Amino acid sequence: MKELRLMKGNEAFAEAAIRAGADGYFGYPITPQSEVMEYLMAEKPHERTGMVVLQAESEVAAINMVYGGAACGKRVLTSSSSPGISLKQEGISYIAGAELPCVILNVVRGGPGLGTIQPSQSDYFQSTKGGGHGDYKLIVLAPSSVQEMADFARLGFDLAFKYRNPVLVLSDGAIGQMMEKVELDEQRPRFTEAEIISNTPWATTGKTIDRERNIVTSLDLDSGKQELHNLALQAKYREIEHNETRYEAISCDDAEYLIVAYGTSARLSQKAVDLLRAEGYKVGLLRPITLFPFPSAIIAKLAGQVKGILTVEMSAGQMIEDVRLAVGCRVKVEHFGRMGGIIPSPTEVVEAMHTKIIGG
Amino acid sequence: MTEEIIIAGFGGQGVLSMGKILAYSGVMENKEVSWMPSYGPEMRGGTANVIVIISDERISSPIVNYFDTAIILNQQSMDKFEKTVKPGGVLIYDPNGITRHPERRDINIYTIEAADEASKVGLSKVFNMVVLGGFLKLKPIVQPEYVHKGLEKSLPRRHHALIPENEKAIQKGKEIIKAMHLLN
Repeated sequence: MKELRLMKGNEAFAEAAIRAGADGYFGYPITPQSEVMEYLMAEKPHERTGMVVLQAESEVAAINMVYGGAACGKRVLTSSSSPGISLKQEGISYIAGAELPCVILNVVRGGPGLGTIQPSQSDYFQSTKGGGHGDYKLIVLAPSSVQEMADFARLGFDLAFKYRNPVLVLSDGAIGQMMEKVELDEQRPRFTEAEIISNTPWATTGKTIDRERNIVTSLDLDSGKQELHNLALQAKYREIEHNETRYEAISCDDAEYLIVAYGTSARLSQKAVDLLRAEGYKVGLLRPITLFPFPSAIIAKLAGQVKGILTVEMSAGQMIEDVRLAVGCRVKVEHFGRMGGIIPSPTEVVEAMHTKIIGG
Repeated sequence: MTEEIIIAGFGGQGVLSMGKILAYSGVMENKEVSWMPSYGPEMRGGTANVIVIISDERISSPIVNYFDTAIILNQQSMDKFEKTVKPGGVLIYDPNGITRHPERRDINIYTIEAADEASKVGLSKVFNMVVLGGFLKLKPIVQPEYVHKGLEKSLPRRHHALIPENEKAIQKGKEIIKAMHLLN
């Protein structure tokens, strides 16, 4: 039976990670995501499932512990907020290069620099366009509710292992700090050592006489071989685009105008859609759930139907570039957002829709 | 039914936990709920507020800028949130420490002398439950049996002995809330 609780997004993610059969969490505190490790420390999952929880000496140490755990075929994760995620970028690039599975949670706060501790969505470029060095992609999941914070911990592990690729859960301070009703999955057992050896034959589980050594590395000094590795990575990213694009379309069937928004902005925008429909305007909301892969095809299709598109992001306008790429120049695409940790109100979104799209 | 509520006051008055108990009561009654706190520098500066939404339907935005009910427990919050009550909505405040009383005439205004009452019975810790009782008298959006379950879920097990005291405070709040200005 599923269990119903009232939890913060950060707590729900932590509990769901335990229940997804995680082997280890490595982190370093930073607002607004400290509840993830606080919850894990209080819950003592070592006594429940044997899961390790460790406060590392820094974000850099934490991501490299994840690198080590993942190389052993373990389900491992870390979490941080924007400045801390920046510190982890070298490790994330190495993990992507070495093709290892892991889950990384970013509870985004306003930047640049130390910025503010309040919610923002200004890490979209960092999350979807690289972040660290080299040609790589993370699978990026964008929860817009506490339920999805819980669901994406498990989905994150499943996708990470399916594609041997790091998964980033891109949340924000509002989703992390707010409480909602959440249905928790039952406990899934951790992988046994035998399961790790059979499911992840690439993992460094100890060499046996009947096979070659498993070497986990992101280094190849032979350019020819490195290029082949790059081509294989790109082929994998195309496969992920083909299989894993996720979105939610709300009131889009008869829409004459469209809002595209993810995470907290999608929640505000949903209210704005209700308010605009009450005024008689047929407005729909397209909510990307995966930011990579980006739901370009459905946005391109809706662009043939609507008169204008507003993207709502708590940033200067980052996702709008992907929306414009999908749309071409067929309809007007404008951005509305607030920065600095300010969450716009639904009525501000309604006003922006009027001035920039409907009357613009 | 959708009720959008802001609860605002000083840190330490139990603003966030009052919101949590209300929200958990809603969960127990199988309603949709959201609880969105301010966690920024203002919280560190001493004021705290939380938006609680309880609804029969899926909640779109957990962040709204106009409220059906504002529960206001200090002057700063009065200055900030009096204007956010929807016309025809409800403002509940504890006059203790309020120097500028609400002036709007397009909303229903109630006072609850909860700080006074709680100190009278030597229970300053259940101050927030007196206030919650006042709110529930006006807006019985969750039934008492579910409030009881909400308390059980919100309070750590070691504090469950205090539940009757909390329920007594809620009852007291229902008795002492007073109308100051009512719309016809």
